Amino acid sequence: MDVQTWTYLLVGLTFALYIGIAIWARAATTGEFYVAGGGVPALANGMATAADWMSAASFISMAGLISFMGYDGSVYLMGWTGGYVLLALLLAPYLRKFGKFTVPDFVGDRYYSKTARLVALICAIFISFTYVCGQMRGVGVVFTRFLFSEIDGPMLFNWEPITWGVVIGMAIVFFYAVLGGMKGITYTQVAQYCVLIFAFMVPAIFISLMMTGNPIPQIGFGSEVTGEGVYLLDKLDGLSQELGFASYTDGSKGMIDVFFITMALMVGTAGLPHVIIRFYTVKKVSAARVSAFWALLFIAILYTTAPAVAVFARTNLLVSIPDKPYAEAPQWIKSWEDAGLVAWQDKNKDGKIQYFAGDAFSGKPAFDGEKRGENDERLLTNTPTDNKNELYVDRDIIVLANPEIANLPNWVVALVAAGGLAAALSTAAGLLLVISTSVAHDLVKKTFAPGISDKKELFIARCAAGVAVVVAGYFGINPPGFVAQVVAFAFGLAASSFFPVIILGIFSKRMNREGAISGMVIGILFTASYIIYFKYPDLVEAVGLTAKENTKENWWFGISPEGIGTLGMIFNFTVAFVISSFTKAPPKDVVEMVESIRMPEAEGEELTVSDH
Amino acid sequence: MTEPEDTPKTDQNAYWAANLKCVGILLSIWFIVSYGCGILLVEQLNQIKMGGFQLGFWFAQQGSIYVFVILIAVYVRVMNKLDHKYAPKKKG
Repeated sequence: MDVQTWTYLLVGLTFALYIGIAIWARAATTGEFYVAGGGVPALANGMATAADWMSAASFISMAGLISFMGYDGSVYLMGWTGGYVLLALLLAPYLRKFGKFTVPDFVGDRYYSKTARLVALICAIFISFTYVCGQMRGVGVVFTRFLFSEIDGPMLFNWEPITWGVVIGMAIVFFYAVLGGMKGITYTQVAQYCVLIFAFMVPAIFISLMMTGNPIPQIGFGSEVTGEGVYLLDKLDGLSQELGFASYTDGSKGMIDVFFITMALMVGTAGLPHVIIRFYTVKKVSAARVSAFWALLFIAILYTTAPAVAVFARTNLLVSIPDKPYAEAPQWIKSWEDAGLVAWQDKNKDGKIQYFAGDAFSGKPAFDGEKRGENDERLLTNTPTDNKNELYVDRDIIVLANPEIANLPNWVVALVAAGGLAAALSTAAGLLLVISTSVAHDLVKKTFAPGISDKKELFIARCAAGVAVVVAGYFGINPPGFVAQVVAFAFGLAASSFFPVIILGIFSKRMNREGAISGMVIGILFTASYIIYFKYPDLVEAVGLTAKENTKENWWFGISPEGIGTLGMIFNFTVAFVISSFTKAPPKDVVEMVESIRMPEAEGEELTVSDH
Repeated sequence: MTEPEDTPKTDQNAYWAANLKCVGILLSIWFIVSYGCGILLVEQLNQIKMGGFQLGFWFAQQGSIYVFVILIAVYVRVMNKLDHKYAPKKKG
């Protein structure tokens, strides 16, 4: 069977499974809709959390990014797993003991303030939307390349393939998120974890065996290349340097920048609302801790394999592509060129692909319609740069193309497509739930209409999830130019706002409303200004300031906008401490609440998720 | 959600102090393996080779993640013990 048939088969089967689970596990009450009634077993919750956490970015993009960044890619590996340790040790058990539905709930109660609740609410919705748009885009990319690639001519309604991809993805998520709420999402996420980890590991194990003779990728990429007597990493370092790239194991970012970016990613991810909310779904505090362990174990399987995949893919690329005549280039180059994510510009007209460090042309490839050149390559309208490099490879394709690059069987290629969809859909569903909970519970019930019935609140939550799906889908099809920058924003904001406020709320009894709010405001303002200053020069010019280029020389202490959330967090902590020491201590019942969440739960007691 | 009255104040303080100590030690290790071995000391450690891996590079892309998993496992065990020692006994 060909790749296309296999893909239809595997994707169809997994989608049928998700829908079946959603029907079986549909929610009847707000408790079930928001937190699955608080009755999910720890192991299942661990799997669901892992699927929730590992997004299209982890599955599709991360190994590709590392593959092009080498050592510098470690910021993602350490940042996204290390943040999990902070979450498990400093946040999850206490928030579970607190026993409400959402993070804005905690912030609002702990700081006895509607303003604080509202600020937290806006941050939660903003972060979740940013993320969900990226997931929808990931779904679209998989569909375009794997499911609709053979279709010639216009499709139904004259929509582009990517539009159809996103719409189908939206329909699936809509179905099980709106129907099943957290309960449906949790059990589909368990299935999605199994699909995505299987899909990630199978090609990795195959390739590791082929290249190094060792079936365990984590060990394989530190082994010798089969039949060559050279360590794989040494070979890759050598190849990279020959072609003018930085040595793979060295990296090119400054140490202080690596430090700050890693920290911002860690504290940023620890504050992600859709992951925190997962800890409300287990029965007890001790179960929250155990499920945090399972989740990180399940996450670590993918996160320790990803750097190995990155090395295998990079080596294969550097061995097979440079100086190869385009006519003889492997099929995957041509299929991804058709999908618009690989481009080749024959600068010296020798018909061969020259691949060196540096951009082949400025910006993203702009194809000249369907026009083909002498070698049947797609023509570009980009102005070539004056270096020797002729090839553009989008980083996002590495994981998806990896099985093809290594000539693996068709069913493996199809499996990776199904895995990518599982990763994107599971995270999207978790995020949509945060948005709908925030709107129905925090905004409508807690702010505008405290008296509404459970049934009505459930209806509003479902509507909010529905609207959120449509908006996210729209941005998935028409991604605003600023998506990449917005991601830096989301992490920066989470790091400089949520994280310090929750930590202080648990670990300082003296922290009061005034301190927390001023800390959040300063943290967000500082982080946002820094990012806007470097990422949106037009906006800076518009208010009459001179914009500076986004380069190392212009950054404060060499900290890039991606890492600035760390400094924002430090400012937040400092301001909060100073202001709170001059203002009135929090009321007695708040201090008692902090004391109670710090205490061990009574043995045999099962906490309920209460909504009083 | 009020706490049962049978947990004396001194016990509460002892539980919280033990909890903070445990988290403090674990987070120190967390910092040393990631920021220490993976970032600040990466060049020095890269002089040491472990099979095909330079040690600093290995810590940054593999070792720190393994240690993170172990840290949470230890945390779960220690906290379960502490909970058992200090938890108010079930009434009735």
